[in-house]
Amino acid sequence: MENETTRMSTEGYSLFYGRFKALNSIDIKIPSNRITAFIGPSGCGKSTFLRSFNRMNDLIPGVTTTGTVRLDGRDVAKEDVVKLRKKVGMVFQRPNPFPKSIFDNVAYGPRLHGLRNRSDLAVLVEKSLRQAAIWEEVKDDLQKSGMSLSGGQQQRLCIARAIAVEPEVILMDEPASALDPVATLKIEELMNELKMNYTIAIVTHNMQQAGRVSDYTAFMLTDQNRAGNLIEFGATKQIFTTPVDSRTEDYISGRFG
Amino acid sequence: MTSGTRRTGLEKTMKTILLVSALASLLIVLLIFIFTMKEAMPAFRELGVWKMLSGTTWRPGNGEFGILAMIAGSGLVTLGAVLIGVPLALGTAIFLSEIAPGWIVKIVRPSIELLAGIPSVVYGLFGMVVLVPLVREIPAPGNAGFGLLAASIVLAVMVLPTIANISEFAIRSVPRGYREGSLALGATKWETISRVLIPAARPGIISAVVLGLGRALGETIAMIMVIGNSVVLPAALTGNPLSIFLSRARTLTGNIAVEISYATGVHESALFATGVVLFILIMLVNSSAGFLLRRGARR
Amino acid sequence: MNKRNFSQNIAFGMFWLAGIVSVLIMAFVVGYIMVKGLPGISLDFFTTSPRGGLSGDGGIYSTIVTTFYMIVVTLVFATPLGVGTAIYLTEYSSNTDSRAMGRLVSIARFGVETLAGVPSIIFGLFGYALFVTVMNLGFSILSASLAGACLIIPVIIRTTEEALKAVPAGYREGSLALGANRWETTWKVVLPAALRGISTGILLSAGRIVSETAIFFVTLGGSYRVPRSLMSGGRTMALHVYYLAMETRAFDKAMSTAAVLVALIIIMNLAINMVTNKIAAK
Repeated sequence: MENETTRMSTEGYSLFYGRFKALNSIDIKIPSNRITAFIGPSGCGKSTFLRSFNRMNDLIPGVTTTGTVRLDGRDVAKEDVVKLRKKVGMVFQRPNPFPKSIFDNVAYGPRLHGLRNRSDLAVLVEKSLRQAAIWEEVKDDLQKSGMSLSGGQQQRLCIARAIAVEPEVILMDEPASALDPVATLKIEELMNELKMNYTIAIVTHNMQQAGRVSDYTAFMLTDQNRAGNLIEFGATKQIFTTPVDSRTEDYISGRFG
Repeated sequence: MTSGTRRTGLEKTMKTILLVSALASLLIVLLIFIFTMKEAMPAFRELGVWKMLSGTTWRPGNGEFGILAMIAGSGLVTLGAVLIGVPLALGTAIFLSEIAPGWIVKIVRPSIELLAGIPSVVYGLFGMVVLVPLVREIPAPGNAGFGLLAASIVLAVMVLPTIANISEFAIRSVPRGYREGSLALGATKWETISRVLIPAARPGIISAVVLGLGRALGETIAMIMVIGNSVVLPAALTGNPLSIFLSRARTLTGNIAVEISYATGVHESALFATGVVLFILIMLVNSSAGFLLRRGARR
Repeated sequence: MNKRNFSQNIAFGMFWLAGIVSVLIMAFVVGYIMVKGLPGISLDFFTTSPRGGLSGDGGIYSTIVTTFYMIVVTLVFATPLGVGTAIYLTEYSSNTDSRAMGRLVSIARFGVETLAGVPSIIFGLFGYALFVTVMNLGFSILSASLAGACLIIPVIIRTTEEALKAVPAGYREGSLALGANRWETTWKVVLPAALRGISTGILLSAGRIVSETAIFFVTLGGSYRVPRSLMSGGRTMALHVYYLAMETRAFDKAMSTAAVLVALIIIMNLAINMVTNKIAAK
């Protein structure tokens, strides 16, 4: 990990829902152009942590944080949240295309950020749909509603939509948990291609998936106060074969969780 | 075993009684429709449906029963109420669902609830005492204060709660994923509201407006109190076409209420005919709201 | 970027304005009625009846009595029908044994929805024709209550249905599993659990009767005397406001009566909110 460039990082990052501490002082460095997976039993705070990188937790009333989250060394709390979210895209657990056409779904972000020219938009939409490996399936009818696609296609459409604003980082919150195995496989293949251009952080409850797709794995667990802690972080191969912490080993070998 | 049979007997009896009461609403609706229709038939037969609908003079003494002026009165006052009330109601709905901090919601929502609870006769009184003198200040020949403008303002306030509540519910019901998806792409809150939430909530918002229309068309007492009740086809008082709203008018509902207690013969029947027209108009409006809601739900 | 923030600020400014204007309208209407109306209110105002004639003199005693009668009699007619309908639609419609029954349920529901959309003057017209004239009940509390019941039946149905749906399915399953039949389960388990919700519906309906004017304008007759029986005519407080404003032009008395009405509505709203909050807190 020494010879990786860090894209995003946190230092002493804690998050509170009112008085309840949900994340306890997390330090992590997420390497550039790699896939980093967050695993751990449900309720360990991995999704909450992921949503800290693009400040989606701002939407929840009563959430406060201490410590810092950085993107390219800059504190995200001090950044304009709209600019931050342009640089840090997100794909959600349930595919959430807007009730608009496929084209308008992908063009939504670029239009917001000022791209108006129709032909430029068309080029960008095609490029994004190609990168998300869904172009061949939808190219004949881009005016069809995004909602009419299958679940797996919808999720790839959402990935295309995220790519279209040309982010640096893509956060994926259990992106395949609502999909069937075939669609899941497609998403996983896609992630492997995307890491050439993007830094990817993925939350998954599926350990096999983490093992298959990620370069690095972070294992999280709640402590006795039910606050989420980062237990161990390292190369995926190392975490899965020779974990340092006994709790990681227990979880990996299926002894709890 | 006897107690067992008695229990089953009770169960069956209750089931029948409940079914009958469940059908009572339908029975009442049918009864109302048939009864009003039957009472209206003599007028329709004697005067002709089309002649009633297109006639502009209503002079019971002369046997003239045209209700076009009342249709225009109801239509215009409803239009006025929509023009004033809908922007306010939708603004309030968006404010409540997306913008207002919790403690402000706790002030605004009960205020709107209270607006909904205020009796229409109180709105009418308020209109007579406060709005009519204000409207009278507008310089125009024949402007008495009583008329479409004052009535539209009163009606706008009366339909505000209906439209605001249903629209707020529609906007709140938009799946959280749309909101998050848009924000995560770097949209501002306003971009998310205007480009994703409102389009997604559109069927609900439209049906809220349509239901408000139905309420407006059906309002009676407050209208009688402020609209002037003259049976005239509303017309502009000055060169400005908007001055049509300074004209006096009468609504379909007001026509019935004002005259029913002393009407007899064809006159009485013509009032029932007015009721039939109102009934059909409102049913059309309300069922289009239901249609829009269902279409929205299917998407 | 600046342009985007700018348009957001403009838009949000408008929405704040809309919210504030809504509150101000409420405050102005209620405040105006109270300020103009309260000075005319004294104990006498509640204990004497209107004197009649064109003066507008006197208090509102008889109108309070009539309003009370109207609430009670209307609820007596509407509550059993409304609650019965709601029970049928929520408790019995799910396990309909045949397609014909299913069709019957959707027809019944259509009836309820249509009834809810009928404007009150139509109920008045209908009540005038059927109860006042054909059934020869005259302008009376009985006629007006029967017409008024049509108005509030849908209200009671909707609130009762909501209350019944809020009762956990486990209650029903528990009772049915002990061998109780559907009616016993409804009567002994579901209804008691839904009682608070149903009572808010009844309060809401009482509020509608207090507020309603159009129906009673054409069915209640408008006598300012204290009613002696169900066959007496009368005027509710709301109707009294109308007569004072439109016929006697006694606006100060009308304001005072309106102030009492609005105060009553506020109290009823508070009561409803208290009951609803108690339900939510459970």
